[in-house]
Amino acid sequence: MRTNELQAIYIMWLRQMKRFLRFKTRLATMVIQPLFFFLLLGSGFRQAVMPGLEGGYIDFLAPGIVAMAILFSSMFTGVSVLWDKQFGFLQEVLVAPVSRFSIIIGRTIGGATTALIQGFIILFIAIILGIKISSGAGLILTIVFMLLLSFTAVGFGLIIASKMNDFQSFSLIMNLIIMPLLFLSSAFFPVTQDKTLQTIAYFNPLFYMIDGLRGSLIGKSNVFPPLIDLIVVCIICIIMLTLGSYLFSKSEV
Amino acid sequence: MDIIITYGLTKKFGDLTAVNNLSFNVKKGEIFGFLGPNGAGKTTTIKMLTTLLNPTSGTATIAGFDIIKQRDEVRKNIGVVFQEPALDVELTGKENLEYHARMYGLSRDKRKKRINDVLELVNLWDKRDVLVKNYSGGMKRRLEIARGLMHYPVVLFLDEPTLGLDAQTRRAIWAYIKKMNKEEGTTIFLTTHYMEEAEYLCNRVGIIDYGKLLVIDDISNLKNSVGKDVITLSCTDADRFVKILENEKWVEKIKRHEGLVTFGVEKGDEKIPEIIEIARKQDIKIKSISVRKPTLDDVFLSYTGRTIRDEEGQVSSKGRLSLRFRGGR
Ligand SMILES: Nc1ncnc2c1ncn2[C@@H]1O[C@H](COP(=O)(O)OP(=O)(O)OP(=O)(O)O)[C@@H](O)[C@H]1O
Ligand SMILES: [Mg+2]
Repeated sequence: MRTNELQAIYIMWLRQMKRFLRFKTRLATMVIQPLFFFLLLGSGFRQAVMPGLEGGYIDFLAPGIVAMAILFSSMFTGVSVLWDKQFGFLQEVLVAPVSRFSIIIGRTIGGATTALIQGFIILFIAIILGIKISSGAGLILTIVFMLLLSFTAVGFGLIIASKMNDFQSFSLIMNLIIMPLLFLSSAFFPVTQDKTLQTIAYFNPLFYMIDGLRGSLIGKSNVFPPLIDLIVVCIICIIMLTLGSYLFSKSEV
Repeated sequence: MDIIITYGLTKKFGDLTAVNNLSFNVKKGEIFGFLGPNGAGKTTTIKMLTTLLNPTSGTATIAGFDIIKQRDEVRKNIGVVFQEPALDVELTGKENLEYHARMYGLSRDKRKKRINDVLELVNLWDKRDVLVKNYSGGMKRRLEIARGLMHYPVVLFLDEPTLGLDAQTRRAIWAYIKKMNKEEGTTIFLTTHYMEEAEYLCNRVGIIDYGKLLVIDDISNLKNSVGKDVITLSCTDADRFVKILENEKWVEKIKRHEGLVTFGVEKGDEKIPEIIEIARKQDIKIKSISVRKPTLDDVFLSYTGRTIRDEEGQVSSKGRLSLRFRGGR
Protein backbone atom coordinates (compact mmCIF):
# COMPACT_ATOMS: atom_id res chain seq x y z
CA MET A 1 0.00 0.00 0.00
CA ARG A 2 1.32 3.44 -0.88
CA THR A 3 2.40 5.68 1.99
CA ASN A 4 -0.29 8.11 1.02
CA GLU A 5 -2.98 5.56 1.80
CA LEU A 6 -1.33 4.70 5.11
CA GLN A 7 -1.18 8.37 6.03
CA ALA A 8 -4.85 8.70 5.17
CA ILE A 9 -5.76 5.69 7.30
CA TYR A 10 -3.70 7.08 10.14
CA ILE A 11 -5.33 10.51 10.07
CA MET A 12 -8.81 9.00 9.87
CA TRP A 13 -8.01 6.88 12.87
CA LEU A 14 -6.59 9.88 14.71
CA ARG A 15 -9.69 11.92 14.00
CA GLN A 16 -11.89 9.29 15.58
CA MET A 17 -9.64 9.01 18.59
CA LYS A 18 -9.74 12.76 19.11
CA ARG A 19 -13.50 12.90 18.82
CA PHE A 20 -13.84 9.92 21.11
CA LEU A 21 -11.61 11.27 23.84
CA ARG A 22 -12.71 14.88 23.51
CA PHE A 23 -16.32 14.26 24.35
CA LYS A 24 -16.35 12.95 27.84
CA THR A 25 -20.13 12.73 28.15
CA ARG A 26 -20.37 10.50 25.10
CA LEU A 27 -17.53 8.40 26.40
CA ALA A 28 -19.12 8.20 29.83
CA THR A 29 -22.54 7.08 28.54
CA MET A 30 -20.93 4.44 26.41
CA VAL A 31 -19.14 2.95 29.41
CA ILE A 32 -21.78 3.57 32.03
CA GLN A 33 -24.68 2.03 30.13
CA PRO A 34 -23.18 -1.47 29.89
CA LEU A 35 -21.86 -1.10 33.40
CA PHE A 36 -25.38 -0.47 34.68
CA PHE A 37 -26.58 -3.57 32.90
CA PHE A 38 -23.77 -5.52 34.41
CA LEU A 39 -24.25 -4.36 37.99
CA LEU A 40 -28.05 -4.42 37.99
CA LEU A 41 -28.52 -7.72 36.22
CA GLY A 42 -25.56 -9.16 38.08
CA SER A 43 -26.88 -8.34 41.51
CA GLY A 44 -30.52 -9.10 40.63
CA PHE A 45 -29.87 -12.59 39.28
CA ARG A 46 -26.87 -13.46 41.43
CA GLN A 47 -28.67 -16.32 43.09
CA ALA A 48 -30.65 -17.38 40.04
CA VAL A 49 -30.62 -20.97 38.93
CA MET A 50 -31.14 -21.49 35.23
CA PRO A 51 -30.69 -24.56 33.05
CA GLY A 52 -27.56 -24.14 30.93
CA LEU A 53 -25.85 -22.05 33.57
CA GLU A 54 -22.60 -23.49 34.87
CA GLY A 55 -20.93 -21.55 37.63
CA GLY A 56 -22.02 -18.12 38.81
CA TYR A 57 -24.28 -15.75 36.93
CA ILE A 58 -21.69 -12.95 37.03
CA ASP A 59 -19.26 -15.18 35.13
CA PHE A 60 -21.97 -15.93 32.62
CA LEU A 61 -22.99 -12.30 32.23
CA ALA A 62 -19.54 -10.73 31.82
CA PRO A 63 -18.88 -11.82 28.21
CA GLY A 64 -22.42 -10.73 27.26
CA ILE A 65 -21.87 -7.25 28.63
CA VAL A 66 -18.44 -6.92 27.02
CA ALA A 67 -20.05 -7.88 23.71
CA MET A 68 -22.85 -5.40 24.24
CA ALA A 69 -20.42 -2.54 24.88
CA ILE A 70 -18.42 -3.39 21.76
CA LEU A 71 -21.52 -3.88 19.66
CA PHE A 72 -23.05 -0.51 20.52
CA SER A 73 -19.84 1.40 20.23
CA SER A 74 -18.89 -0.13 16.86
CA MET A 75 -22.32 0.28 15.37
CA PHE A 76 -22.20 3.87 16.44
CA THR A 77 -18.94 4.30 14.55
CA GLY A 78 -20.41 2.79 11.40
CA VAL A 79 -23.51 4.88 11.64
CA SER A 80 -21.53 8.04 12.41
CA VAL A 81 -20.99 8.17 8.64
CA LEU A 82 -24.54 9.53 8.70
CA TRP A 83 -23.35 12.38 10.89
CA ASP A 84 -20.55 13.12 8.48
CA LYS A 85 -23.08 13.10 5.68
CA GLN A 86 -25.40 15.50 7.49
CA PHE A 87 -22.57 17.82 8.41
CA GLY A 88 -21.13 17.75 4.92
CA PHE A 89 -17.82 16.37 6.09
CA LEU A 90 -18.31 13.19 4.10
CA GLN A 91 -17.81 15.22 0.93
CA GLU A 92 -14.35 16.19 2.12
CA VAL A 93 -13.59 12.54 2.82
CA LEU A 94 -14.95 11.16 -0.43
CA VAL A 95 -13.35 13.67 -2.75
CA ALA A 96 -9.85 13.08 -1.37
CA PRO A 97 -7.42 11.05 -3.46
CA VAL A 98 -7.79 8.06 -1.18
CA SER A 99 -9.32 4.76 -2.22
CA ARG A 100 -12.71 3.83 -0.80
CA PHE A 101 -11.03 0.75 0.57
CA SER A 102 -8.66 2.81 2.72
CA ILE A 103 -11.51 5.02 3.90
CA ILE A 104 -13.37 1.97 5.12
CA ILE A 105 -10.24 0.50 6.70
CA GLY A 106 -9.61 3.81 8.49
CA ARG A 107 -13.08 3.95 9.88
CA THR A 108 -13.12 0.29 10.85
CA ILE A 109 -9.82 0.49 12.67
CA GLY A 110 -10.86 3.70 14.40
CA GLY A 111 -14.15 2.12 15.43
CA ALA A 112 -12.48 -1.06 16.58
CA THR A 113 -10.00 0.86 18.72
CA THR A 114 -12.64 2.85 20.54
CA ALA A 115 -14.82 -0.23 20.93
CA LEU A 116 -11.97 -2.30 22.30
CA ILE A 117 -11.08 0.41 24.80
CA GLN A 118 -14.63 0.23 26.09
CA GLY A 119 -14.65 -3.55 25.99
CA PHE A 120 -11.47 -3.65 28.05
CA ILE A 121 -12.84 -1.22 30.61
CA ILE A 122 -15.80 -3.53 31.16
CA LEU A 123 -13.59 -6.59 31.18
CA PHE A 124 -11.29 -4.99 33.73
CA ILE A 125 -14.21 -4.15 36.00
CA ALA A 126 -15.54 -7.68 35.63
CA ILE A 127 -12.19 -9.07 36.68
CA ILE A 128 -12.15 -6.80 39.72
CA LEU A 129 -15.62 -8.09 40.54
CA GLY A 130 -14.13 -11.54 40.62
CA ILE A 131 -14.99 -13.37 37.40
CA LYS A 132 -12.75 -16.34 36.72
CA ILE A 133 -10.84 -16.30 33.46
CA SER A 134 -10.28 -19.70 31.86
CA SER A 135 -6.68 -19.31 30.67
CA GLY A 136 -4.13 -17.01 29.04
CA ALA A 137 -4.79 -18.53 25.63
CA GLY A 138 -8.47 -18.04 26.29
CA LEU A 139 -7.88 -14.37 26.94
CA ILE A 140 -6.07 -13.95 23.63
CA LEU A 141 -8.90 -15.70 21.83
CA THR A 142 -11.29 -13.37 23.66
CA ILE A 143 -9.51 -10.38 22.15
CA VAL A 144 -9.79 -11.95 18.71
CA PHE A 145 -13.53 -12.33 19.21
CA MET A 146 -13.80 -8.77 20.45
CA LEU A 147 -12.04 -7.53 17.30
CA LEU A 148 -14.19 -9.61 14.97
CA LEU A 149 -17.36 -8.50 16.71
CA SER A 150 -16.27 -4.92 16.38
CA PHE A 151 -15.46 -5.22 12.66
CA THR A 152 -18.79 -6.91 12.02
CA ALA A 153 -20.71 -4.23 13.86
CA VAL A 154 -18.90 -1.41 12.04
CA GLY A 155 -19.78 -3.16 8.78
CA PHE A 156 -23.40 -3.39 9.83
CA GLY A 157 -23.36 0.27 10.84
CA LEU A 158 -22.00 1.16 7.41
CA ILE A 159 -24.79 -0.79 5.76
CA ILE A 160 -27.37 1.14 7.77
CA ALA A 161 -25.65 4.45 7.07
CA SER A 162 -25.58 3.80 3.33
CA LYS A 163 -29.24 2.89 3.20
CA MET A 164 -30.72 5.46 5.57
CA ASN A 165 -30.69 9.19 5.59
CA ASP A 166 -31.84 10.08 9.08
CA PHE A 167 -31.31 9.12 12.67
CA GLN A 168 -34.89 8.09 13.37
CA SER A 169 -34.39 5.02 11.22
CA PHE A 170 -31.22 4.30 13.13
CA SER A 171 -32.94 4.25 16.51
CA LEU A 172 -35.73 2.19 14.96
CA ILE A 173 -33.21 -0.41 13.86
CA MET A 174 -31.51 -0.33 17.23
CA ASN A 175 -34.76 -0.93 19.08
CA LEU A 176 -36.50 -3.31 16.70
CA ILE A 177 -33.59 -5.39 15.45
CA ILE A 178 -30.50 -5.06 17.61
CA MET A 179 -32.12 -5.20 21.04
CA PRO A 180 -34.16 -8.37 20.30
CA LEU A 181 -31.13 -9.98 18.67
CA LEU A 182 -29.11 -9.13 21.73
CA PHE A 183 -31.69 -10.59 24.11
CA LEU A 184 -31.94 -13.76 22.02
CA SER A 185 -28.18 -14.15 21.75
CA SER A 186 -27.54 -15.61 25.23
CA ALA A 187 -25.89 -12.35 26.27
CA PHE A 188 -28.04 -12.06 29.40
CA PHE A 189 -29.49 -15.55 29.90
CA PRO A 190 -28.77 -19.03 28.51
CA VAL A 191 -30.79 -20.02 25.47
CA THR A 192 -30.31 -23.72 26.06
CA GLN A 193 -33.11 -23.74 28.62
CA ASP A 194 -35.68 -23.78 25.82
CA LYS A 195 -35.74 -25.68 22.49
CA THR A 196 -37.36 -22.80 20.56
CA LEU A 197 -35.00 -20.21 22.02
CA GLN A 198 -32.07 -22.35 21.04
CA THR A 199 -33.27 -22.85 17.46
CA ILE A 200 -33.81 -19.12 17.07
CA ALA A 201 -30.34 -18.49 18.45
CA TYR A 202 -28.76 -20.60 15.73
CA PHE A 203 -29.99 -18.06 13.18
CA ASN A 204 -28.71 -15.15 15.22
CA PRO A 205 -25.22 -13.96 14.23
CA LEU A 206 -24.78 -12.36 17.65
CA PHE A 207 -25.24 -15.73 19.30
CA TYR A 208 -22.03 -17.11 17.80
CA MET A 209 -20.10 -14.01 18.80
CA ILE A 210 -21.24 -14.14 22.38
CA ASP A 211 -21.01 -17.90 22.66
CA GLY A 212 -17.45 -17.74 21.33
CA LEU A 213 -16.57 -14.90 23.65
CA ARG A 214 -17.95 -16.84 26.59
CA GLY A 215 -16.24 -20.05 25.60
CA SER A 216 -12.86 -18.37 25.34
CA LEU A 217 -13.13 -16.01 28.30
CA ILE A 218 -14.61 -18.15 31.05
CA GLY A 219 -14.73 -21.55 29.35
CA LYS A 220 -18.11 -22.41 30.83
CA SER A 221 -21.80 -22.36 29.81
CA ASN A 222 -20.94 -22.13 26.10
CA VAL A 223 -22.88 -24.17 23.55
CA PHE A 224 -20.22 -24.71 20.87
CA PRO A 225 -16.46 -25.07 21.19
CA PRO A 226 -14.92 -21.60 20.64
CA LEU A 227 -13.17 -22.69 17.42
CA ILE A 228 -16.48 -23.56 15.76
CA ASP A 229 -17.84 -20.18 16.81
CA LEU A 230 -14.69 -18.57 15.46
CA ILE A 231 -15.22 -19.99 11.99
CA VAL A 232 -18.84 -18.86 11.87
CA VAL A 233 -17.95 -15.42 13.22
CA CYS A 234 -15.18 -15.00 10.65
CA ILE A 235 -17.60 -15.75 7.83
CA ILE A 236 -20.22 -13.34 9.19
CA CYS A 237 -17.56 -10.68 9.64
CA ILE A 238 -16.32 -10.98 6.07
CA ILE A 239 -19.86 -10.82 4.69
CA MET A 240 -20.77 -7.74 6.73
CA LEU A 241 -17.59 -5.84 5.95
CA THR A 242 -17.74 -6.65 2.25
CA LEU A 243 -21.39 -5.69 2.00
CA GLY A 244 -20.86 -2.55 4.08
CA SER A 245 -17.87 -1.50 1.99
CA TYR A 246 -19.70 -2.19 -1.24
CA LEU A 247 -22.76 -0.16 -0.27
CA PHE A 248 -20.66 2.62 1.16
CA SER A 249 -18.57 2.91 -1.99
CA LYS A 250 -21.77 3.14 -4.04
CA SER A 251 -23.37 5.82 -1.92
CA GLU A 252 -23.67 9.34 -3.25
CA VAL A 253 -23.36 12.53 -1.26
CA MET B 1 -5.40 21.20 -24.39
CA ASP B 2 -8.82 21.03 -22.75
CA ILE B 3 -8.56 19.94 -19.16
CA ILE B 4 -12.28 19.46 -18.61
CA ILE B 5 -14.45 18.08 -21.38
CA THR B 6 -18.07 17.17 -20.75
CA TYR B 7 -20.10 15.01 -23.06
CA GLY B 8 -23.84 15.42 -22.71
CA LEU B 9 -23.58 15.46 -18.92
CA THR B 10 -27.04 14.94 -17.41
CA LYS B 11 -28.39 14.45 -13.90
CA LYS B 12 -31.98 13.71 -13.02
CA PHE B 13 -33.44 13.65 -9.52
CA GLY B 14 -36.71 11.82 -10.11
CA ASP B 15 -38.71 13.99 -12.49
CA LEU B 16 -36.41 16.96 -12.14
CA THR B 17 -33.62 17.36 -14.65
CA ALA B 18 -31.09 19.31 -12.61
CA VAL B 19 -28.40 19.23 -15.28
CA ASN B 20 -29.46 18.83 -18.87
CA ASN B 21 -27.10 17.56 -21.53
CA LEU B 22 -24.12 19.79 -20.84
CA SER B 23 -21.30 19.71 -23.34
CA PHE B 24 -18.50 22.18 -22.90
CA ASN B 25 -14.75 22.44 -22.51
CA VAL B 26 -12.54 24.23 -20.05
CA LYS B 27 -9.03 25.04 -21.22
CA LYS B 28 -5.94 24.17 -19.25
CA GLY B 29 -4.74 27.03 -17.10
CA GLU B 30 -7.79 29.23 -17.37
CA ILE B 31 -10.10 30.59 -14.71
CA PHE B 32 -13.53 29.54 -15.83
CA GLY B 33 -16.68 30.99 -14.31
CA PHE B 34 -19.96 29.12 -14.11
CA LEU B 35 -22.84 31.51 -13.57
CA GLY B 36 -26.49 30.79 -13.00
CA PRO B 37 -29.42 31.61 -10.74
CA ASN B 38 -30.33 29.50 -7.69
CA GLY B 39 -31.16 25.94 -8.61
CA ALA B 40 -29.62 26.26 -12.07
CA GLY B 41 -27.58 23.10 -11.56
CA LYS B 42 -24.13 24.52 -10.82
CA THR B 43 -23.48 22.54 -7.68
CA THR B 44 -24.88 19.38 -9.22
CA THR B 45 -22.47 19.80 -12.12
CA ILE B 46 -19.54 20.26 -9.75
CA LYS B 47 -20.58 17.20 -7.75
CA MET B 48 -20.62 15.09 -10.89
CA LEU B 49 -17.26 16.43 -12.05
CA THR B 50 -15.74 15.73 -8.64
CA THR B 51 -17.07 12.12 -8.63
CA LEU B 52 -19.51 12.65 -5.75
CA LEU B 53 -22.59 12.10 -7.88
CA ASN B 54 -23.06 9.64 -10.71
CA PRO B 55 -24.37 11.23 -13.91
CA THR B 56 -27.71 9.88 -15.13
CA SER B 57 -26.23 9.95 -18.62
CA GLY B 58 -23.26 11.43 -20.39
CA THR B 59 -19.81 11.73 -18.91
CA ALA B 60 -16.81 14.02 -18.67
CA THR B 61 -13.06 13.83 -18.51
CA ILE B 62 -10.75 15.74 -16.22
CA ALA B 63 -7.08 15.86 -17.18
CA GLY B 64 -7.93 13.03 -19.54
CA PHE B 65 -9.53 10.78 -16.92
CA ASP B 66 -13.14 9.67 -17.10
CA ILE B 67 -15.23 10.79 -14.13
CA ILE B 68 -17.14 7.50 -14.05
CA LYS B 69 -14.54 4.90 -14.94
CA GLN B 70 -11.39 6.49 -13.49
CA ARG B 71 -12.62 8.09 -10.31
CA ASP B 72 -9.45 7.55 -8.34
CA GLU B 73 -7.31 9.22 -11.00
CA VAL B 74 -9.77 12.09 -11.26
CA ARG B 75 -9.64 12.64 -7.50
CA LYS B 76 -5.86 12.81 -7.58
CA ASN B 77 -6.06 15.76 -9.91
CA ILE B 78 -8.70 17.90 -8.25
CA GLY B 79 -9.38 20.04 -5.22
CA VAL B 80 -12.79 21.29 -4.16
CA VAL B 81 -14.26 23.98 -1.96
CA PHE B 82 -17.88 23.00 -1.52
CA GLN B 83 -20.76 25.40 -1.34
CA GLU B 84 -22.08 23.85 1.84
CA PRO B 85 -19.91 23.47 4.92
CA ALA B 86 -17.78 20.34 4.88
CA LEU B 87 -15.82 20.74 8.11
CA ASP B 88 -15.53 18.54 11.15
CA VAL B 89 -16.89 20.97 13.72
CA GLU B 90 -15.63 18.85 16.60
CA LEU B 91 -12.04 19.37 15.55
CA THR B 92 -10.09 22.62 15.73
CA GLY B 93 -9.33 24.68 12.65
CA LYS B 94 -5.77 23.46 12.56
CA GLU B 95 -6.81 19.84 12.99
CA ASN B 96 -9.14 20.17 10.03
CA LEU B 97 -6.25 21.39 7.93
CA GLU B 98 -3.98 18.63 9.19
CA TYR B 99 -6.59 16.08 8.25
CA HIS B 100 -6.75 17.50 4.76
CA ALA B 101 -2.96 17.70 4.39
CA ARG B 102 -2.54 14.05 5.27
CA MET B 103 -5.43 12.92 3.12
CA TYR B 104 -3.67 14.64 0.21
CA GLY B 105 -0.31 13.15 1.08
CA LEU B 106 1.61 16.37 1.79
CA SER B 107 5.06 15.79 3.22
CA ARG B 108 5.83 16.83 6.77
CA ASP B 109 7.59 20.10 5.90
CA LYS B 110 5.06 21.10 3.29
CA ARG B 111 2.27 20.32 5.69
CA LYS B 112 3.59 22.68 8.31
CA LYS B 113 4.38 25.46 5.90
CA ARG B 114 1.12 25.31 3.98
CA ILE B 115 -1.00 25.16 7.10
CA ASN B 116 0.71 28.27 8.45
CA ASP B 117 0.52 30.02 5.09
CA VAL B 118 -3.17 29.49 4.53
CA LEU B 119 -4.10 30.25 8.12
CA GLU B 120 -2.36 33.59 7.73
CA LEU B 121 -4.01 34.17 4.40
CA VAL B 122 -7.52 33.89 5.77
CA ASN B 123 -6.64 35.53 9.06
CA LEU B 124 -7.38 32.56 11.26
CA TRP B 125 -3.98 32.06 12.84
CA ASP B 126 -5.23 33.27 16.22
CA LYS B 127 -8.18 30.90 16.09
CA ARG B 128 -6.28 27.84 14.94
CA ASP B 129 -6.75 25.94 18.19
CA VAL B 130 -10.43 26.75 18.66
CA LEU B 131 -13.03 24.07 17.91
CA VAL B 132 -14.70 24.83 14.58
CA LYS B 133 -18.13 24.65 16.19
CA ASN B 134 -17.20 27.86 17.99
CA TYR B 135 -16.32 29.63 14.73
CA SER B 136 -18.60 32.23 13.15
CA GLY B 137 -20.10 31.50 9.73
CA GLY B 138 -17.57 33.68 7.96
CA MET B 139 -14.68 32.08 9.81
CA LYS B 140 -15.86 28.63 8.79
CA ARG B 141 -16.03 29.75 5.20
CA ARG B 142 -12.53 31.16 5.39
CA LEU B 143 -11.24 27.95 6.87
CA GLU B 144 -12.75 25.95 4.05
CA ILE B 145 -11.18 28.15 1.45
CA ALA B 146 -7.86 27.91 3.22
CA ARG B 147 -8.21 24.15 3.08
CA GLY B 148 -9.09 24.16 -0.61
CA LEU B 149 -6.02 26.22 -1.43
CA MET B 150 -3.67 24.11 0.64
CA HIS B 151 -2.71 21.46 -1.88
CA TYR B 152 -2.15 22.57 -5.45
CA PRO B 153 -4.34 20.41 -7.62
CA VAL B 154 -4.44 20.43 -11.42
CA VAL B 155 -8.04 21.62 -11.34
CA LEU B 156 -9.56 23.49 -8.42
CA PHE B 157 -13.34 23.68 -8.09
CA LEU B 158 -14.71 26.55 -6.07
CA ASP B 159 -18.46 26.53 -5.47
CA GLU B 160 -19.37 30.10 -4.55
CA PRO B 161 -16.15 30.54 -2.65
CA THR B 162 -16.61 34.01 -1.25
CA LEU B 163 -20.33 33.94 -0.49
CA GLY B 164 -20.98 35.90 2.68
CA LEU B 165 -17.43 37.13 3.20
CA ASP B 166 -16.45 40.72 3.88
CA ALA B 167 -14.89 42.76 1.08
CA GLN B 168 -11.41 42.69 2.52
CA THR B 169 -11.21 38.91 2.88
CA ARG B 170 -12.75 38.51 -0.54
CA ARG B 171 -10.00 40.65 -2.09
CA ALA B 172 -7.29 38.66 -0.35
CA ILE B 173 -8.78 35.42 -1.59
CA TRP B 174 -9.13 36.70 -5.13
CA ALA B 175 -5.48 37.68 -5.12
CA TYR B 176 -4.51 34.23 -3.88
CA ILE B 177 -6.60 32.50 -6.52
CA LYS B 178 -4.98 34.60 -9.24
CA LYS B 179 -1.55 33.90 -7.87
CA MET B 180 -2.19 30.18 -7.72
CA ASN B 181 -3.48 30.22 -11.27
CA LYS B 182 -0.46 32.15 -12.50
CA GLU B 183 2.32 30.48 -10.56
CA GLU B 184 1.13 26.90 -10.45
CA GLY B 185 -0.93 26.92 -13.61
CA THR B 186 -3.90 25.62 -11.66
CA THR B 187 -7.05 25.55 -13.73
CA ILE B 188 -9.90 27.07 -11.75
CA PHE B 189 -13.56 26.23 -12.18
CA LEU B 190 -15.64 28.59 -10.12
CA THR B 191 -19.29 29.30 -9.61
CA THR B 192 -20.30 32.63 -8.23
CA HIS B 193 -23.15 34.99 -7.60
CA TYR B 194 -20.91 38.01 -7.64
CA MET B 195 -20.56 39.44 -11.09
CA GLU B 196 -17.61 41.56 -10.09
CA GLU B 197 -15.91 38.41 -8.90
CA ALA B 198 -16.42 36.76 -12.28
CA GLU B 199 -15.29 39.91 -14.09
CA TYR B 200 -12.22 40.24 -11.96
CA LEU B 201 -11.13 36.62 -12.01
CA CYS B 202 -12.45 34.82 -15.04
CA ASN B 203 -11.24 34.58 -18.60
CA ARG B 204 -14.30 32.78 -19.82
CA VAL B 205 -17.74 32.17 -18.35
CA GLY B 206 -20.64 29.87 -19.02
CA ILE B 207 -24.20 30.78 -18.09
CA ILE B 208 -26.49 27.97 -17.01
CA ASP B 209 -30.21 28.09 -16.26
CA TYR B 210 -32.65 25.26 -15.59
CA GLY B 211 -29.79 22.82 -16.10
CA LYS B 212 -29.08 24.02 -19.62
CA LEU B 213 -25.97 25.83 -20.78
CA LEU B 214 -27.20 29.03 -22.42
CA VAL B 215 -23.90 30.45 -23.58
CA ILE B 216 -20.19 30.04 -23.03
CA ASP B 217 -17.62 32.56 -24.20
CA ASP B 218 -14.94 35.08 -23.28
CA ILE B 219 -16.28 37.82 -21.07
CA SER B 220 -15.43 40.54 -23.60
CA ASN B 221 -17.27 38.71 -26.39
CA LEU B 222 -20.28 38.26 -24.17
CA LYS B 223 -20.38 41.93 -23.33
CA ASN B 224 -20.14 42.87 -26.97
CA SER B 225 -23.01 40.55 -27.78
CA VAL B 226 -25.26 42.61 -25.54
CA GLY B 227 -24.57 45.80 -27.48
CA LYS B 228 -22.03 48.57 -27.40
CA ASP B 229 -24.01 50.55 -24.83
CA VAL B 230 -26.80 49.62 -22.49
CA ILE B 231 -29.77 51.90 -21.91
CA THR B 232 -31.92 51.49 -18.83
CA LEU B 233 -35.10 53.51 -18.45
CA SER B 234 -38.25 53.57 -16.40
CA CYS B 235 -41.49 54.85 -17.81
CA THR B 236 -45.26 54.67 -17.66
CA ASP B 237 -46.97 51.94 -19.67
CA ALA B 238 -43.77 49.94 -20.00
CA ASP B 239 -45.37 46.97 -21.78
CA ARG B 240 -46.55 49.09 -24.64
CA PHE B 241 -43.25 50.92 -24.85
CA VAL B 242 -41.32 47.66 -25.06
CA LYS B 243 -43.49 46.55 -27.97
CA ILE B 244 -42.86 49.80 -29.76
CA LEU B 245 -39.12 49.70 -29.21
CA GLU B 246 -38.93 46.08 -30.30
CA ASN B 247 -39.84 47.25 -33.79
CA GLU B 248 -36.87 49.60 -33.98
CA LYS B 249 -33.94 48.05 -35.81
CA TRP B 250 -31.31 49.59 -33.57
CA VAL B 251 -32.75 48.16 -30.35
CA GLU B 252 -31.11 44.91 -29.29
CA LYS B 253 -32.08 42.35 -26.66
CA ILE B 254 -34.76 44.37 -24.96
CA LYS B 255 -35.81 43.10 -21.52
CA ARG B 256 -38.21 44.23 -18.85
CA HIS B 257 -37.16 43.74 -15.33
CA GLU B 258 -38.61 45.12 -12.10
CA GLY B 259 -40.26 48.03 -13.88
CA LEU B 260 -37.09 48.87 -15.73
CA VAL B 261 -36.60 48.48 -19.44
CA THR B 262 -33.09 47.53 -20.54
CA PHE B 263 -31.69 47.17 -24.04
CA GLY B 264 -28.52 47.48 -26.03
CA VAL B 265 -27.78 50.09 -28.66
CA GLU B 266 -24.83 51.58 -30.48
CA LYS B 267 -23.83 55.13 -29.58
CA GLY B 268 -26.17 55.33 -26.65
CA ASP B 269 -25.77 59.05 -25.95
CA GLU B 270 -27.07 59.97 -29.38
CA LYS B 271 -30.04 57.64 -29.11
CA ILE B 272 -31.47 59.18 -25.97
CA PRO B 273 -33.21 62.14 -27.66
CA GLU B 274 -34.70 59.76 -30.21
CA ILE B 275 -36.08 57.49 -27.52
CA ILE B 276 -37.61 60.40 -25.66
CA GLU B 277 -39.18 61.60 -28.88
CA ILE B 278 -40.77 58.18 -29.54
CA ALA B 279 -42.15 58.10 -26.02
CA ARG B 280 -43.59 61.59 -26.27
CA LYS B 281 -45.41 60.74 -29.49
CA GLN B 282 -47.01 57.75 -27.84
CA ASP B 283 -47.91 59.71 -24.74
CA ILE B 284 -45.57 57.68 -22.56
CA LYS B 285 -43.75 59.47 -19.76
CA ILE B 286 -40.11 58.58 -19.22
CA LYS B 287 -39.20 58.93 -15.57
CA SER B 288 -35.52 58.20 -15.81
CA ILE B 289 -33.05 57.11 -18.42
CA SER B 290 -29.37 56.21 -18.29
CA VAL B 291 -26.71 54.88 -20.60
CA ARG B 292 -23.62 52.88 -19.66
CA LYS B 293 -21.16 50.29 -20.89
CA PRO B 294 -22.44 46.72 -20.59
CA THR B 295 -21.46 44.66 -17.56
CA LEU B 296 -21.66 40.98 -16.90
CA ASP B 297 -24.94 41.73 -15.12
CA ASP B 298 -26.39 42.84 -18.44
CA VAL B 299 -25.12 39.71 -20.11
CA PHE B 300 -26.71 37.63 -17.39
CA LEU B 301 -30.00 39.49 -17.69
CA SER B 302 -30.07 39.19 -21.41
CA TYR B 303 -29.60 35.42 -21.34
CA THR B 304 -31.69 34.47 -18.31
CA GLY B 305 -34.22 37.29 -18.14
CA ARG B 306 -33.23 37.91 -14.53
CA THR B 307 -30.48 39.80 -12.83
CA ILE B 308 -28.39 37.76 -10.49
CA ARG B 309 -29.19 40.26 -7.74
CA ASP B 310 -32.67 38.72 -7.53
CA GLU B 311 -31.02 35.61 -6.28
CA GLU B 312 -28.82 37.14 -3.65
CA GLY B 313 -29.76 36.86 -0.03
CA GLN B 314 -31.84 33.79 -0.67
CA VAL B 315 -30.88 30.71 1.20
CA SER B 316 -31.37 27.45 -0.61
CA SER B 317 -33.90 25.27 1.16
CA LYS B 318 -31.21 22.63 1.53
CA GLY B 319 -28.97 25.07 3.37
CA ARG B 320 -31.76 26.06 5.66
CA LEU B 321 -32.53 22.48 6.53
CA SER B 322 -29.01 21.69 7.50
CA LEU B 323 -28.86 24.85 9.58
CA ARG B 324 -31.91 23.78 11.48
CA PHE B 325 -30.35 20.42 12.03
CA ARG B 326 -27.22 22.06 13.37
CA GLY B 327 -29.19 24.16 15.80
CA GLY B 328 -31.15 21.19 17.06
CA ARG B 329 -28.22 19.12 17.99
N1 LIG C 1 -29.95 15.44 -3.83
C1 LIG C 1 -30.93 16.05 -4.51
N2 LIG C 1 -32.15 15.50 -4.62
C2 LIG C 1 -33.13 16.09 -5.32
N3 LIG C 1 -33.02 17.28 -5.96
C3 LIG C 1 -31.82 17.88 -5.90
C4 LIG C 1 -30.72 17.32 -5.18
N4 LIG C 1 -29.67 18.15 -5.30
C5 LIG C 1 -30.09 19.18 -6.05
N5 LIG C 1 -31.38 19.04 -6.42
C6 LIG C 1 -32.15 19.94 -7.27
O1 LIG C 1 -31.43 20.15 -8.47
C7 LIG C 1 -31.52 21.50 -8.90
C8 LIG C 1 -30.15 22.08 -9.07
O2 LIG C 1 -29.53 22.22 -7.81
P1 LIG C 1 -28.07 22.78 -7.62
O3 LIG C 1 -27.74 22.64 -6.20
O4 LIG C 1 -27.17 22.13 -8.61
O5 LIG C 1 -28.25 24.32 -7.99
P2 LIG C 1 -27.21 25.50 -7.95
O6 LIG C 1 -27.09 26.02 -9.32
O7 LIG C 1 -25.98 25.06 -7.28
O8 LIG C 1 -27.98 26.56 -7.04
P3 LIG C 1 -27.44 27.58 -5.94
O9 LIG C 1 -27.04 28.80 -6.66
O10 LIG C 1 -28.63 27.81 -5.08
O11 LIG C 1 -26.34 26.91 -5.22
C9 LIG C 1 -32.37 22.22 -7.86
O12 LIG C 1 -33.68 22.33 -8.36
C10 LIG C 1 -32.33 21.32 -6.66
O13 LIG C 1 -33.52 21.39 -5.93
MG1 LIG D 1 -25.00 25.60 -5.66
